[in-house]
Amino acid sequence: MKWRRALYNASPWITTFAFFVVWEIGCRVFKVPTFLLPTPTDSFKALIEYWPGIWPNAEHTLITTLIGFGIAVVFGVMLGVAVGASPLLYKALNPLLIGFNSIPKVAVVPVLVLWFGIGTVPAVITAFLVAFFPISVNVATGIATTEPELEDVLRSLGASKLDILYRVGLPRSLPYFFASLKVAITLAFVGSVISETVAANEGIGYLMLTASSTFRVPLVFAALFVIAAMGIVMYAVAAAFERRHTTWATRGVDRTPFGSG
Amino acid sequence: MRVASPIVSTAQDAAAFVRVEGASLHYRGGEEGVLALKDTDIAIRRGEFAAVVGPSGCGKSTLLKLISGLNRPSAGRVVVDQTEVKKPLKIVGMAFQNPALLPWRTTLENLLLPLQVVEPHRRQFRRERERYIERARALLAKVGLVGAEDRFPWQLSGGMLQRASLCRALIHDPQILLLDEPFGALDAFTREELWDVLQSLWQEQHFTVLLVTHDLAEAVYLADTVHVFSNRPGRVVYRCNVDLPRPRNADMRFTKLFVDHVHDLRAQISRERVTP
Repeated sequence: MKWRRALYNASPWITTFAFFVVWEIGCRVFKVPTFLLPTPTDSFKALIEYWPGIWPNAEHTLITTLIGFGIAVVFGVMLGVAVGASPLLYKALNPLLIGFNSIPKVAVVPVLVLWFGIGTVPAVITAFLVAFFPISVNVATGIATTEPELEDVLRSLGASKLDILYRVGLPRSLPYFFASLKVAITLAFVGSVISETVAANEGIGYLMLTASSTFRVPLVFAALFVIAAMGIVMYAVAAAFERRHTTWATRGVDRTPFGSG
Repeated sequence: MRVASPIVSTAQDAAAFVRVEGASLHYRGGEEGVLALKDTDIAIRRGEFAAVVGPSGCGKSTLLKLISGLNRPSAGRVVVDQTEVKKPLKIVGMAFQNPALLPWRTTLENLLLPLQVVEPHRRQFRRERERYIERARALLAKVGLVGAEDRFPWQLSGGMLQRASLCRALIHDPQILLLDEPFGALDAFTREELWDVLQSLWQEQHFTVLLVTHDLAEAVYLADTVHVFSNRPGRVVYRCNVDLPRPRNADMRFTKLFVDHVHDLRAQISRERVTP
């Protein structure tokens, strides 16, 4: 069964590699023009060739995303705790939150540009706007699903709502919170890159926009690779956090996607 | 050996430790809300083991919430130790069918939870932690959970979880233990084992127990007094003193006296179920 284990561990690499191979072969066999869909090798070549230009932009996007994500975590947790602990707030804020989350954030970027001008600020805000919602929803769910029996046990001992929140609600919501981080960090990238493609003069989104307007399509794909890679790395960081803090929820078994990544 | 005392017939019995006097509870919600309890009278002496049986959904659990002070009655009153109950009592321990242990805490840490919440233990928790841990270990030993201290709830069986839940209800030395069908989800053998565990804990520590159950044999086996509840809205329609000697054991459950008690209760409940 040793090879089985090896196959299991190697499977993410194998599928990723196979994906590029199929893509490469497809492009060559059907002679797809580069300005429509460049082969992976072309894209990687562009990645290496333009690296000095790509990296500062990637760095910029990464920082923008992390700032927006950080704000989303702080705000999302506060909102989630408030909404999860108070049925009144939940009822009162629910329609507003759902409505707000349904708005495509691309539509908000022009407004943000109107308020804050072209540049980093709209990107940070967009990343934040896209990312806070799943965090809030998850934290609120974790807190609101506290067993009523447990609440009775503690309330009969004179525990305040705050005691119950601190002893039960918050620890209970941790696995929900960490699960939401994985979703939120990838969404934050989507947010910042969207904003950069609409209105920025720096960042990976801006780079893609300028590259596509000059038909340097391999460069566009190289930029996409960079975004994907950053997303995977940040996801893995979030997953590692999750694993460290919530072993009780997975009962010691590592079932999280990309758990070993 | 302990012998059951004479019947407590009226809630006016001034000596009773827990007195529920004409209590009704109207839950809000829906068009007219739900009348869960109506004119309920119950008196429980200090140190008595009382049981409440009745058809499902008859407001038995509501009674526990009133006594613990989690809910206030809409009419009537609840008096514990000569004082009317107006807020959570802090001298009760509760256990339910769902053991509801915290999955991120070990058995031992779960037992410490009430001590981190209830006064005066809460104030001294840091200082007295070692002593509390000793107390928790001793209690776990009494219910046969030696070796489970550092295990997590998901590593325990249903019976072990219920034992731990019972310990959590007793760790702060409550004067009243309120049990809401605590053994309802266990298999027959485990359940009977836990009856004996509960009986010996009670005989040792002399707390007052109110056990809500739908298992008549359980009520007769454990209780001094069994109160039969009517259909919703619930109130007490029948009382029965169980005059079996203590400690009770498994063999007693096949004696005529025991079976007669169960029959008697059974007949009362059947009558309740027919007449709405």
